Amino acid sequence: MIYADNAATTRMSRTAMDAMLPCMREVWGNPSSLYGFGQKAAEALEEAREKIAACLGASTPKEIYFTSGGSEADNQAILSAAENGAKQGKKHIISTAFEHHAVLHTLKKLEQEGFEIELLDVHADGMISPDQVDRAIRDDTALVTTMYANNEIGSILPIAAIGAVCREHRVTFHTDAVQAAGHLPIDVQKENIDLLSLSGHKFHGPKGVGVLYVRKGVSLRNLIEGGAQERGKRAGTENVPAIVGMAAALSEACSRMAEDTNKVVAMRQRLMDGLAKIPHSILNGDPEKRLPGNVSFCFEGIEGESLLLLLDDRGICASSGSACTSGSLDPSHVLLSIGRPHEIAHGSLRLSLCADNTEEDVDKILQAVPEVVAYLRSISPLWMDKMSGKRPFILS
Amino acid sequence: MALYSEKVMDHFRHPRNVGSMEDADGIGEVGNAKCGDIMKIYLKIRDDRVEDVKFETFGCGSAIASSSMATEMIKGKPLNEVLELTNKAVTEALDGLPAHKLHCSVLAEQAIQAAVKDYYARTETALG
Repeated sequence: MIYADNAATTRMSRTAMDAMLPCMREVWGNPSSLYGFGQKAAEALEEAREKIAACLGASTPKEIYFTSGGSEADNQAILSAAENGAKQGKKHIISTAFEHHAVLHTLKKLEQEGFEIELLDVHADGMISPDQVDRAIRDDTALVTTMYANNEIGSILPIAAIGAVCREHRVTFHTDAVQAAGHLPIDVQKENIDLLSLSGHKFHGPKGVGVLYVRKGVSLRNLIEGGAQERGKRAGTENVPAIVGMAAALSEACSRMAEDTNKVVAMRQRLMDGLAKIPHSILNGDPEKRLPGNVSFCFEGIEGESLLLLLDDRGICASSGSACTSGSLDPSHVLLSIGRPHEIAHGSLRLSLCADNTEEDVDKILQAVPEVVAYLRSISPLWMDKMSGKRPFILS
Repeated sequence: MALYSEKVMDHFRHPRNVGSMEDADGIGEVGNAKCGDIMKIYLKIRDDRVEDVKFETFGCGSAIASSSMATEMIKGKPLNEVLELTNKAVTEALDGLPAHKLHCSVLAEQAIQAAVKDYYARTETALG
């Protein structure tokens, strides 16, 4: 099997598993218990907090809150900042049109509660400029929330510059860094980030665990009540093995980042160059300012789900933003946000690599994708109409 | 993938009657590019029977499988029977489709109806 869907989830690393096992075999006490056996688990938890704080450049481990994952972290960050703003009469929130649904759906909820949500247009190359944010900020802006890097098209936003704009206007800045953490260097202080979400399983850690970084001074609203865990901000006995595994995985990813990036970017480049040779196709996202492992293309005249099924038959795991894979009638909001027409967005393919992939994987993908695309086009009446001149081509 | 039955996957992987037809007596095309599925059915009619049928489909796995199954179900059949083919029958023959994919079988039914209608329209014109 060739696993090329690392933006969906990653294989847990040996390092993460090795760190987790002792938390199940030996250090399985409750970190809230007073006796020494429980306190051992509390120590493991605090060590994990320190490791993660170091990876993100937090000023103190106290700024790290453990959650059930990226979605919970996004929800808590946004709802907290909204509540903080509302207390000062600020009910305007700025975000972008291509956020993850954990952000967009939370904002939708706030809109129904009377907040004004402004979604910035995304440029054709998948970018948001600091200028756009600057122009959108008003006296009553409670929060700016933009993702660090896009999950579908891989574009990396100018987070430090957006953070600087927010700091200048004293507006709280949250970033959903689920796709970036462990893959891009992050420094919350240098980048003026107030709130940051990440998820353990996107960098070879376990699923069901994440982090919300909260700068000292930003107050949090509880989503889960019932205990004093996480300094009273997130009740529930901590998932110690998962937290420890996540911290080990993030530390490892950060220490290997430079060499992994070199390897992965080389493979990504070869994939991008190879797939670009398919006629009437287009790369989604910025060609350079993109996540190391992300390759996203649209192919005219075909539909993404059938492409994925045929790639699966050839042992290739990939992803698409077509309507049939999104579970709704519309194709991916991300592809629509960068101006792809519906017809083109239906024919999308996302491959996301990691350092476990090999050049041989790339060879096999470069063999399979053009063949499958050509086959699906050969049975597509839409493609036939384009070839015969009955309908115009949209992509060159 | 457990999303689809074995039957659906079989017809998706090995579609029957796929292709176009030069001298079709009736052609039906339904769906649109914006929604992500288009089905085109070509019929060859002799003595009010479907002598041959071909299809082309732009769409997801279940759209391709539905087209393939529907063409198998009408091949050799008299036109009055062909017009009675329902999306329900196509779905059942495929051992079911996920709820959000049922519209694929509806498209197959509609494409066949459109092709037969086109055949009747052409014959009427020919008869003057």
